[in-house]
Amino acid sequence: MAEAMGFYTDTTVCIGCKACEVACKEWNQLPAANGGVRELSGNSYDNTRRLDGIHWRHVKFVEQFSADRRDGRWLMMSDVCKHCVQAGCLEVCPTGAIIRTEFDTVVIQSNVCNGCRDCIAACPFGVIEINPASGTAQKCTLCYDRLQHGLEPACAKACPTDSIQFGPIRELRERAQARMQQLHARGEARAYLYGADPTFLGGLNAFYLLVDKPEAYGLPSHPKLPTRNLAFSALWSTLGAVVLGLFGLFSLRTRGDVVEPDETSSGTVDERERHV
Amino acid sequence: MSDTFFTTAPHWRWLIVLYFFIGGIAGGSFFLAALLNLFGRPQDRPIVRTGYYVALLGAVVSGILLTVDLERPERFWHMLIQSERGLPMFKYWSPMSVGAWGLLLFSGLALLATLGALHEAGQMRWRLLRPLHAGVLGNLIAVLGGLCGFFLAGYTGALLSVTNRPLWADTTWLGLLFLLSGASTAAALLMLLGLLRGARTRETVYWLARMDRGTLILELLALIILTVSLGPVLRTWMNVWGLVLLVGVVLAGILIPLSLEWRPRLLGRLSLPAGAVLVLLGGFLLRVVVILSSEGV
Repeated sequence: MAEAMGFYTDTTVCIGCKACEVACKEWNQLPAANGGVRELSGNSYDNTRRLDGIHWRHVKFVEQFSADRRDGRWLMMSDVCKHCVQAGCLEVCPTGAIIRTEFDTVVIQSNVCNGCRDCIAACPFGVIEINPASGTAQKCTLCYDRLQHGLEPACAKACPTDSIQFGPIRELRERAQARMQQLHARGEARAYLYGADPTFLGGLNAFYLLVDKPEAYGLPSHPKLPTRNLAFSALWSTLGAVVLGLFGLFSLRTRGDVVEPDETSSGTVDERERHV
Repeated sequence: MSDTFFTTAPHWRWLIVLYFFIGGIAGGSFFLAALLNLFGRPQDRPIVRTGYYVALLGAVVSGILLTVDLERPERFWHMLIQSERGLPMFKYWSPMSVGAWGLLLFSGLALLATLGALHEAGQMRWRLLRPLHAGVLGNLIAVLGGLCGFFLAGYTGALLSVTNRPLWADTTWLGLLFLLSGASTAAALLMLLGLLRGARTRETVYWLARMDRGTLILELLALIILTVSLGPVLRTWMNVWGLVLLVGVVLAGILIPLSLEWRPRLLGRLSLPAGAVLVLLGGFLLRVVVILSSEGV
């Protein structure tokens, strides 16, 4: 396997130009939303709004203003599939359409996916959606086709501020640590790395430098694998089946002959059975 | 806030609601029919056969619903066969993968049991079918089918729990709840079908009513445990869905049928069928609430 590759996104230098979104759309030939008819969000300058089957990159505009709007700040974050080291989507996919590549990235094979949508519910970040053009679940491939030819992903190539950096995960982590320390030294004590270590999901191959809590960016603070619930779900169901089976056996063994009830009978089913 | 609120809904809507409901009835019917087949009396045979017919019909409808719900229905077989290698596709840790195989196996067993039942009823006279309802093979089909029925009724809840969606992934009790609901709705449907057959099946119908009563009590307990287990996520149900759950599922689908069981004088001869219809309604609404309330987040 080649070295693990990924993205390090420094949100403090993102200017919200959305060049990454455009480059992603262009390279991956993703269709326009709403059939190309312009549709404004109405509550933000961000009209993409979220990641889905035809938006594999999304620059979030987090608008934090006081009630009188005297004080405020914009947080920009170019969001993308996290290419989790332990990926929930890959875990549950029943067709084997979702694979881990030689670059340790997670890719959905469109020719295998049958659109069951289990991966959509399993992704802890809400990244995956159906692409209506293909009828399959789709998301960022980390430009697998470009990687195979030694090129960097289109979004990282297009980013004018190097907010999106691409490279070997090991190098990216070192770079991110240095940047975080630099910010701390300059007084931005809120800066921290999200997903750079294996604290959750074994680590994210697309990790972030953030300056607010994850929820402010629409990220879960402790994303988990969907299979965490499997053992107990199976256990309770099995116990229920055993209890039900035993109850069925018991009730069959103890039932008596039926006494035909008359119209005015007030007896329960049990009372309508005459035990022999 | 639970981390599950940062996810996207998979758009599992009415087709899946119907599948969960019908699949539960199919699984429950086979289980009840198998119990009666193995431990019942000769007079239970008509309901045994009916249970197998319901199981097969439910399995076929389930397969159709699941296939139609896919974005690419022509690729339904990718659930079972690796499309690029031709090898079996199976992940024991993925409820959907196990469920696809479970439904296939269940359908096969329901078909065998139905063929045996048709032979027993004199509808098919091919002698080779006789072992399907008598002897070791018949018993084996009943045992395996009953186990698969349990699985089919319960795995749908586990499937929801093995996601990252609000409500579904915030509890591990959905599998048990759906399993019990599958059994209670199946008992209710078989009771109704038994009542249509008249006095011949009366004894079996009373046993089904007793079975239904016990299952409904267990279902109510499971629902209470599930509700408590949700913790702060319970707010997902603090709206019209909570009302439907309370009125449609708990009151109409569990408490009133139980009352009709205990006090049949309330509706006279209509008590059993009315209770059974309400149980079916409650079972359906349970799936509606569980699935659509999370879809709406």
